[in-house]
Formats: sequence, structure tokens, C-alpha cells
Amino acid sequence: MAETTTIEPAGAAEPEDLPPLRPPTADNGLFAVFHRRYLLRLLVRREISARYQGSFLGLMWSYINPLTQFFMYWFVIGFLFQLHKDVPNFPIHLFSALILVHFFVETFNAGTAAIVRNRALVVKMAMPREMFPVATMLVSLYHVVPQVVILVLASVASGWHPDLTGAVALVLALLIIATIGLSGALLFSAANVFYRDFGKAVNVMTHFVRFGVPMMYPYMMVHERFGRFADYYLINPLADAVVLFQRAFWLGTVSDSEQARLAADGKQIMPDHLLTYGALALLGCLVLLAISQMVFSKLENKIPERL
Amino acid sequence: MAASIVVDNVVKEFTLRYHRTFKEVTVAKARGKATSDKFNAIDGVSFTIEQGESVGLMGLNGSGKSTLLKMINGVMRPDKGSVLTRGRIAGLIATGAGFHPQLSGEENLVLNAAILGMDEQELNRKYDDIVAFADLGRTLAAPVGYYSSGQKARLGFSVAIHVDYDIFLADEVLAVGDKPFRQKCIQRMKEIKTSGRTLVFVSHSAGSVKRMCDRVLVLEKGRLGFDGETEAGIHYLRYDSKDEEEVDEEIGNDI
Repeated sequence: MAETTTIEPAGAAEPEDLPPLRPPTADNGLFAVFHRRYLLRLLVRREISARYQGSFLGLMWSYINPLTQFFMYWFVIGFLFQLHKDVPNFPIHLFSALILVHFFVETFNAGTAAIVRNRALVVKMAMPREMFPVATMLVSLYHVVPQVVILVLASVASGWHPDLTGAVALVLALLIIATIGLSGALLFSAANVFYRDFGKAVNVMTHFVRFGVPMMYPYMMVHERFGRFADYYLINPLADAVVLFQRAFWLGTVSDSEQARLAADGKQIMPDHLLTYGALALLGCLVLLAISQMVFSKLENKIPERL
Repeated sequence: MAASIVVDNVVKEFTLRYHRTFKEVTVAKARGKATSDKFNAIDGVSFTIEQGESVGLMGLNGSGKSTLLKMINGVMRPDKGSVLTRGRIAGLIATGAGFHPQLSGEENLVLNAAILGMDEQELNRKYDDIVAFADLGRTLAAPVGYYSSGQKARLGFSVAIHVDYDIFLADEVLAVGDKPFRQKCIQRMKEIKTSGRTLVFVSHSAGSVKRMCDRVLVLEKGRLGFDGETEAGIHYLRYDSKDEEEVDEEIGNDI
């Protein structure tokens, strides 16, 4: 009830007892998003239901989509191109990469549309608008969980032996994708308000993602062809994240004897100093996120009138 | 007395755009036509509202009332100058709060309350009161897209009035409500007034403003044309002419 607030009648109140005088937009920004957890939770829940609104299969599309992609790649790359002969447990290799690619693409795509889709709220309510891209990222993360469960089951069936380095790699990989996906979503969700072209551009960019990471081909092939230039390949944080994720799951399913055989062939299964690369990539992504946040607040000024 | 809202030399520039696509822009550039046009929706406005004041914000359509309110609310930031406020702000912008048309009234209620800063316990405590005040009956379960503007205003006002605010912004809430609801709103806004909280009330109804406010700000094409006594402000805007009074007999026949 309104009566619960008892503010002293004007004049009697001392300015010291009052909240400070400040801009009404002072609380906005990425950190404010995590202070308002209740709102964030509501938005995430709403986003989950809205993403598949009006569809009969609903949430199942989150599995149908990556699974069909999985079978397509497996058939073309593995079966037709016979690539899986060189790569032990190729399906695990493929699926672990696919989960991350899917996580990134969904965060980036849905995040870019987030502000425009929520325009009803954006133009009339005062709130940190970063909430919307953050919520889409969390929804995508939420969809990752069951996929990882499938991956774990498949890995166990293929003789997986988990290890501590793998666990660190797993966390690093997810953090990298979450950070870079979020910074892309922030940047493009604001830009998309001004020109919807940015949404289309995101679509084009996501095509490159599938080829820029060791999903259809193994890292050892990159190392073989690029030699010392393989280091440049690892500048791409997405590639780092994928390799890290494969370190966590796929490598654990490749038996020691098989690894020894590949090493004897002169193949480098995993890059050296993988965790260092991962940590650096995460750092780079955090810097990118800070920049995106700065650009977002600049653009945010004009968002309500342009929608 | 403590200042509640300080607006200092605020400018908000809007861009009117003639051409949007690449093709249109190139053609316009080639013909030497302007591709965009800017104007100041708010142009150098300054005023201070003390805590506990009830201020009527008046002006013709398009004079910048809602834009100013959006800046006080924090939806927009001024391009120049500064807006400072003290404490929590609640209220309505342009008759309705932001609602998702596909979501039901209940879902929108919860979302809106959370955006206005309520947490879960607070909302649970107040939920029944909000529903009772909005008095929408079974309509509350329907998507807000099907609501009339009056129903939307009821829901929005009902949520906003239950927030623990220090500043309440009411933008033409009375314009679309039916008579019983308007009376309820007037009653509530009078309570805001007596409780010593700040009220900014946008209305075209001279009667309601007279009843509610001790001070009137009149905007004219983005500039502050008048700041002072209620009666004088209404006279300044020529809202006190005879035929107007007849229309205004009831609690404000706005719009």
C-alpha cells in the first residue's frame, strides 16, 4: 500500500535524512543488472516462454536445431568426407563444438533483437536496458545445460575419463562464450535500433563462426597446415573456447594408446599452453565487453526516440 | 525545504528523418536535399520542484510534456543540462505504462512492479491490493494487447500507485479512465499530496489541475512559458475560457 511509506511532510525533513539528489539514470549499467535479480529472473522466464511463442514443440526446438545440425555435419563431414577416420570419436568432437557454436549464435542473434523486441517496455519504463541482452544470454545458457547433459552421457558411453584440467577448461570455455556473446549482443542490440541492417549482418557473421572454429575439422589439422601460424588461429576467442571444450570432453574419450599413436604421427592434438590461451581469451573478451558497454550507454541515449 | 526534482537548462534534441534507406539517402544527397532535420523537443528548460509540491505540467499537444516527464523518470537522458531527482520515482508516461501486448495482465503487472523496483516479497504483499485497485476482473488473465486504453491505464496506475515512491508522475491518467476510476485516482493523488510526496501531474483539464496542484508549469514548444500560480497558469494557457469550463464540469474531460 502507498501508506507504507511515511515521508516527513515537506519542510520538516532534513536533507541529510533524504536520499541524495542524483540523475534518475544513475543506476543503469551492466552492474545494475545483477543488483536487480528479481527483475532479471522475470525477464529470463519471460524470454524463455517468448522465444518459442506460438510454437507447438516449443522448447524442443532448442534440441532439434542442434541435433539436426549435428547429424547433417556428421553425415557430410564424417561420412561423405570420411574425416572421422583421422579423428577418433568424431561425433563427440563435433557435438562439443556444436554446443558452444550454438550457444554463441543464439546469444548473438536473439540478443541483437532483444531491445527492438522489447520496445514496449524500453520506451516507457526506466530500467537498465542492458537487462534485455543479459537475459537473452542467460536463456541461451539455460538451453546449453541439457545439451551438455547429452554430451556427458555420450562421452561416458565412449569411455570418458574426466580430469581437473578438463573441468577448468569447461568453465573457461563457457565464460569466454558468455562474455563474447554478451558483448556482441549489447553492441548490436543498440545498433539494431538505428539500422535493422545490423540484425542482418549478425546473420552473415554467424555463418563464419561455424568455419572459424575446429568443429568440422580437428585442431590437429589446423596445426598441420598452418604450422607456427596456428597461434594466430587461436587469437579467435571462439576457437579457443571450442578447443577448451573439446579438451574437457572429447580428449577425455580418446584413449592413451590412441593419443600416443597420433603423437607418433607427428600430430598435435591440443595446442600447447591451452589454459593460458583460454585465460588470455577470456581477458580479451572482458575488455571487449567493457568497450561494448561503453558504446551501449552512448547509443542508449537515443534509443527511446528511435524505436 | 529539500529539492525533489531539479531540472537545469535541459535540452533534448529529436531527429526527424526524411530518408531511411541507402537508396533514399543517396538520391536525396544527389539532389542536395537535407537527409535529416533536427529540432529541440525540450529547449533550455530549468525549474526546481521542492519535496511535497504538487505541480501541474500543462501545454498543448506536442509541447514536450511527455518528453520532459521521460527525462525526469529516467527513460531518456537530456542531451544538454541536467536532471536530478531525489528518491524513488513511480508513475505513468503517456496514459499507460510499458506493457507487453502478448503477455497477460497478471504477467505484465508482475513485470511492471519489478521494473518499478519492487522485490518479490514486496510484490507478494501488495499483489492483492494492486489487483483490487485495478478492478479488472477476469480481464486480468487476458493478453494486454486486447485491453482498451482505459483498462491499460487502470492496470498501469494501479501498479505505480503501490510502489514506495518519493516522486509520482501522472501523465494524463485521468484522460482515459471511467468516472469511478477517475475518482479513485483523484482520491489517491490527494493522498500523495497530503503525505508530503512530490506529485507531477500532466493534464489538459483545468479543473483537475486546479483541484490538485498549487503550482503550474506551462510548456510552449519545448520552452518553459509559465511557472507559478495555478489560476494564472491556466489563464496563461487560455484554458479558463467559458466554453472550456462547461466541458470541464466533471472531473476533467481530457484530451
